Amino acid sequence: MANDLQGPWDVIVVGGGNAALCAAITAAEAGARVLILEGAPKPYRGGNSRHTRNFRCMHRGPLSVLTGSYAEDEYFDDLLLVTKGKTDEALARFVIRSSEECLPWMEAHGVRFQPSLSGTLSLSRTNAFFLGGGKALVNAYYNMAQDLGVTVVYEAQVTHVVLEGDRFTHVEVSVASGPTECVSGKSVVLASGGFQSDVDWLARAWGPAARNFLIRGTPYNRGVVLRDMLDQGCESVGDPTQCHAVAIDGRAPKYDGGIVTRLDCVPFAVVVNKHCERFYDEGEDVWPKRYAIWGRLVAAQPGQVGYALIDAKSYNLFMPSVFPPVKADTIGELGQKLGLDPAKLSATVGAFNDACRPGKFHPTERDGLATEGLTPPKTNWARPLETPPFYGYQLRPGVTFTYLGLRVTQDAAVQTRSGPLRNVWAAGEMIAGSILGQGYLAGFGMTIGTVFGRVAGRQAAAHALTKKETLRVA
Amino acid sequence: MSLDLSAHLTATAEARRQIEICNACRYCEGFCAVFPAMTREKAFADGDLTHLANLCHNCRGCYYSCQYTEPHEFALNIPAALAEVRQESWERLVGPAAFSRAFHENGVAMAGAMVLGIAALFGLIATLPEGEGAGFYAFMSHNAMVALFLPAFLLPLAAVGVGVGRYWREVGAGRATLGDLTAALLAAGRMKNLSGGQGQGCNFEREDRYSDARRHCHQAVMWGFLLCFAATSTATLMHYLLAWPAPYPPLSPPKLLGVPGGVLMVAGALGLVWLKTRADRALGAARVWGGEMAFILLLAFVAASGLALYAVSGTAAVPVLLALHLGSVLTLFLLLPYTKMVHGFFRLAALVAEEAMKRRTPVSSGGE
Ligand SMILES: Cc1cc2nc3c(=O)[nH]c(=O)nc-3n(C[C@H](O)[C@H](O)[C@H](O)COP(=O)(O)OP(=O)(O)OC[C@H]3O[C@@H](n4cnc5c(N)ncnc54)[C@H](O)[C@@H]3O)c2cc1C
Ligand code: SF4
Ligand code: SF4
Repeated sequence: MANDLQGPWDVIVVGGGNAALCAAITAAEAGARVLILEGAPKPYRGGNSRHTRNFRCMHRGPLSVLTGSYAEDEYFDDLLLVTKGKTDEALARFVIRSSEECLPWMEAHGVRFQPSLSGTLSLSRTNAFFLGGGKALVNAYYNMAQDLGVTVVYEAQVTHVVLEGDRFTHVEVSVASGPTECVSGKSVVLASGGFQSDVDWLARAWGPAARNFLIRGTPYNRGVVLRDMLDQGCESVGDPTQCHAVAIDGRAPKYDGGIVTRLDCVPFAVVVNKHCERFYDEGEDVWPKRYAIWGRLVAAQPGQVGYALIDAKSYNLFMPSVFPPVKADTIGELGQKLGLDPAKLSATVGAFNDACRPGKFHPTERDGLATEGLTPPKTNWARPLETPPFYGYQLRPGVTFTYLGLRVTQDAAVQTRSGPLRNVWAAGEMIAGSILGQGYLAGFGMTIGTVFGRVAGRQAAAHALTKKETLRVA
Repeated sequence: MSLDLSAHLTATAEARRQIEICNACRYCEGFCAVFPAMTREKAFADGDLTHLANLCHNCRGCYYSCQYTEPHEFALNIPAALAEVRQESWERLVGPAAFSRAFHENGVAMAGAMVLGIAALFGLIATLPEGEGAGFYAFMSHNAMVALFLPAFLLPLAAVGVGVGRYWREVGAGRATLGDLTAALLAAGRMKNLSGGQGQGCNFEREDRYSDARRHCHQAVMWGFLLCFAATSTATLMHYLLAWPAPYPPLSPPKLLGVPGGVLMVAGALGLVWLKTRADRALGAARVWGGEMAFILLLAFVAASGLALYAVSGTAAVPVLLALHLGSVLTLFLLLPYTKMVHGFFRLAALVAEEAMKRRTPVSSGGE
């Protein structure tokens, strides 16, 4: 291992997900000698990127698997809608415009696309899906990097990025829990994700309730490098108390449960907390639009837990979930099996059923089938739970990523209070807060990582190689 | 029997557990026919799993792309899980099961059978009165060959036929149309499902890098086999309809079909052997690795001995090579229901069944 670490290196890339790989490949193609320090062991390489399924891409006409066109302004409007304006317009438009050239670049570097998956037709125009998902993308990039002569070291936990004034000199890294070693390079790209897997940090930011959150992605994004850079006076963006969370199956593993733990049944369900009380309008809007708020809603409930109940009528209306639901012939029995007070649950469902009105049910669009005289109301798809068997799912908040990140400029240079660092660039989730202040647009994470990863790689290589030239001349 | 049943239960239960995870994920939908087929169901009956397993080509695309492989606690290994169910389905559906198991699992048993087959041919050639005809008919008459090979071919085929029929009922395939058959044959002929979905190939011997080597080798074996089969069939027709018995000159249809067929088979089979030594055994049905290997070698031997027989024609080596070749052909035929050979029939049946089921129940979206 020690031999692998010894350079000399032009560019050191910290992290091994999408942003890191895009940077490494770009830098290597520019002629730089590149080292990737990936904190995870090889089977878990690729961070959260290995859980992704698509990226959002601007295009003027049909492009690869993408249908129709998706212009800059429409893309930006979609972003404004979810971020409620909390976005840096210049950077956001830069990412959006650059996304168009990303797709052919990705294909040229081994990524394969497939038409949008069954059940996701609504995304076929805006999002290009990866054949085999994010892990296939990550594999393709690792192979490409290897072909370009990039050195990859796994289980390489970077603990400290050493700065001298406004310049990076070396990183401190421990490989496979070994002793700390110093590795120097001419420039560094930081792409080691957010801090969502450090539950203590989450708890400090959000409160003790965060200890009950599940982490949807890699356990290796603990924000070590982010913290280190902030401690050294780098500027931050994004709200440290915020994270993106969705409601997932409460039985999911603590880390790395990924996409399969999502539950899409909420619009057709009655959702209660552990006291058998409803707390929000389950039928506010079609699920893709409301998916992202339920993590937060459940997080605010006692014990950070919720229960979604449906009856046989709705069972086939949503994507299957990874764990089979709890099943019972009566609501009381269902409550008992879920650990809820059977009498109270029956009363809540009874009151809900009484508030339902006849009308035409339409599962895929807002059908206006609302409850009457119920607080909170259910404004669409309100059908009484009366057809056994009844099914119940436990819901918990699942954290996707955190918003706090490093502030960068359009050239991916990391900023301090006294200006940019001269040879430190950052990309991916680590800087996403610069563009995404709150909310989330499906597929935008990979777009940010690809665009900024490539910029960071280009800049880092240019810096390292120009220096080499000058040295040679001198 | 009870042992077999428990193997069935565990393999199927494990495949069910894994397939339910895939059905909630679907990232691999573009690789092959298995994933679109699973979206028709939310819960999987045993027959559904038998069907999915027989649709799978063990291309391994879905293993190397999966974010849930070990050490992840979901421990997905779809290629292996489906291989176990598939293997078990052949052993269960094609009787007698004990026979099936012995040869599928055991390369040594297969080699033993081949030695017996060849010895039997030596014995026959030595004891039968000399034939009337020219070429190798001088050593074994045409009638003796037919008397030996016709039942040795038809009886195993009948056993497979019964097995495929049971498969058809188990998976609930229902009625198939000519269109279903055509679509299935087209997919099989091109080995569409080994293409990785986009022609990039599979992940067999180069781990997470794609390669077309397995598809090309397999094509060579399949088309080579079919050419050899066509050569024999044409020769039979020529024998009976045109009263034109063997030996045939180099530019006759049997030779024009048989020689390239034999070459393709040998090359393809040796290629498959090499690939198999490179690929990770844990992504297939590990217990039958030896049997599969022996079967490919048997195929290579059949083809190579056929070519050699042609090469030595007219020399004193003919009776020896004739015994070697016919003995190995006899073994191949007799073991057809109990070796990897049987996969061809089940795969084709699965493809036809899939066309029929797809036509009746278009893939559900599951909503979103
Ligand atoms: C379940 C799930 C599904 C998602 N689906 C999508 C989707 O379909 N489309 C989309 O655009 N976005 C999706 N996202 C968001 C997306 O995953 C991220 O936006 C994106 O992967 C970020 O890429 P990255 O390279 O910045 O970080 P990551 O891919 O997380 O990579 C960070 C890397 O840094 C390494 N690392 C961390 N700390 C250290 C250290 N101290 N030393 C060395 N290495 C370290 C990690 O091991 C990892 O390799 C999803 C997220 C989740 C959790
Ligand atoms: S094999 Fe893995 S990635 Fe592929 S569909 Fe199944 S769970 Fe998803
Ligand atoms: S191994 Fe290949 S053929 Fe089998 S299910 Fe996976 S992707 Fe499909």
